[in-house]
Amino acid sequence: MTNGENSGILIYAQITRENYIHTVFFELVDKAKELAEKLGGVDVNAVIFTTPNLIDNYKEAFRNRGVNKVFYFEDEEFKTYSTDFYAKSIVDLVGVIKPEILLIGATNQGRDLAPRVASALHAGLTADCTGLDINEKGLLAATRPTFGGQLMATILSKANPQMATVRPNVFKVTRDDSYVDTEFVSCPVNISYLKKKVELLEFKKTVESVINELDSAEIIVAGGRGLKNKEGFELLQKFAGKIGGTVAASRVAVEMGLAPVSIQVGQTGKTVSPKVYIACGISGAIQHTIGITDSKHIIAINNDPEAPIFEIADTGIVGDFFEIVPKYLEL
Amino acid sequence: MKIALCIKQVPDTTDIRWTEQNTIQREGVESVINPYDVYALELALKLKSQIENTQITVFTMGPNQAESMLRKTLALGCDNAVLISDRKFAGADTYATGLTISRAIRTALPDFDLIICGQFAVDGDTAQTGPNIANFLEIPQVTYVDEFVKYEDGKIVLNRVMEDGIETVSLELPGLICVMTQNFEPSRVKIGGVIAASKKEIKVLSMEDIGLAPEQVGLKGSPTYVSKAFRNLSTHNAEKFELSVDDSVNLLKDRLTSLGVLKND
Repeated sequence: MTNGENSGILIYAQITRENYIHTVFFELVDKAKELAEKLGGVDVNAVIFTTPNLIDNYKEAFRNRGVNKVFYFEDEEFKTYSTDFYAKSIVDLVGVIKPEILLIGATNQGRDLAPRVASALHAGLTADCTGLDINEKGLLAATRPTFGGQLMATILSKANPQMATVRPNVFKVTRDDSYVDTEFVSCPVNISYLKKKVELLEFKKTVESVINELDSAEIIVAGGRGLKNKEGFELLQKFAGKIGGTVAASRVAVEMGLAPVSIQVGQTGKTVSPKVYIACGISGAIQHTIGITDSKHIIAINNDPEAPIFEIADTGIVGDFFEIVPKYLEL
Repeated sequence: MKIALCIKQVPDTTDIRWTEQNTIQREGVESVINPYDVYALELALKLKSQIENTQITVFTMGPNQAESMLRKTLALGCDNAVLISDRKFAGADTYATGLTISRAIRTALPDFDLIICGQFAVDGDTAQTGPNIANFLEIPQVTYVDEFVKYEDGKIVLNRVMEDGIETVSLELPGLICVMTQNFEPSRVKIGGVIAASKKEIKVLSMEDIGLAPEQVGLKGSPTYVSKAFRNLSTHNAEKFELSVDDSVNLLKDRLTSLGVLKND
């Protein structure tokens, strides 16, 4: 491994259960390229965990996205994610290559891993950032929503690596492929003395793929408490089908058992940014609206004129979903 | 089983008021127990009802007024409560908070088996403090816990929610879990519980009590700091229409058409 002081930006490349690189990695690479330029053209590097001999499967993707160096750990143990093993390995790597910045996708796995790595390194970590920039002193300025999205805070770290997590779909892949001759660096695996204390016994798939249609949807039709029952969601499905939309739900609707958690939008669900977001029977609690404010145009249909959704809806229609939508479909 | 339950008092985020300078008005804002910590509390009480000889010690870091929240957890069936409180803790980020709480647990409940936290707090929403505590105590963690399955041979089996499905995992104790959701009927305070709780002593731990130095706690002990905070104003142009059903339908149609959303028949 190469030794270096302040050597660039390191990004964690999460491998999904289906053995591909999680899309949030590519979103982070493009953002990191922007930051790297502001830092005077430093390297954008990746760290990845695979089972032996699988690294070849990913090489082309790293080259095409212009990743300068890929540090890879290979071991049978890395077949499934382990907080302890992954954190220990990344801490070791950071000790050697000393990145200025370490970015991790804020998936459930990333949010499990990042604080473990940060506290072991005594590093500052800013979670769920919606903005990353380099300030006039060359430091990572990480901006994130707090207080349920009502307050934005820009956070700086006192030491390197300056760490941040970013949710999938917050940043976009912006560049065309930009091929580089990526250097692949095999890293020594040093976990044999650690005992595995968390064992994965079983996995029950409930969602077809972590690539969620909502990430790329241009039209989203979302339902909440006001849809009342299964029939309400069936009508929502029909509405979505007619206008080429993708169905989403609020947390309340998921908790009422009307929709699967995979299509939940908001603070504890997905962040979306479609061209048109149609909120039906959604009151608009801040926990929901935090996930939709990047939508270009928000339409709300709700029979409560005082519902907070009307404070952020570009077009707010006070009325009954069960009256308006069937009539619209008949037009 | 000895359980350390970590909870936090948060401002009611549904009731945020702003000063003229667009800063958050903290005075007079109602404080509530963080909703995800309620899930953690319910899971702890469930374990207590199912596993013999289980004792729950509740920990919170905050000002003296957090005592009322601790009393409530005692009334609900928790056994002991510890308030980690010191002016020097002010301005702590998640790193310093994790270190402080881990030291308090080591001081007041050194032989713990399981630490239970909420997945995140609704004010900060970082989901970092739990894993930080686990790191400082050098114990394994399981986050996004949805359900308790069973406990046997020093291991606890849990279901956790991931983006693509449900993982069933076993965790060797001592360990830490962060609770995301829990299907439960909220526990009710019993009158007897309130009386018993009012008689219990709440232990208060200061910085000296847990063996930390001023440069390890609060703002000084935090690797991050807030350089700027500002109000997140909506960029959406809120227009609200209260029309007849037919006019609402036409409005919907016109808006969708102008946005390029077409109806396929």
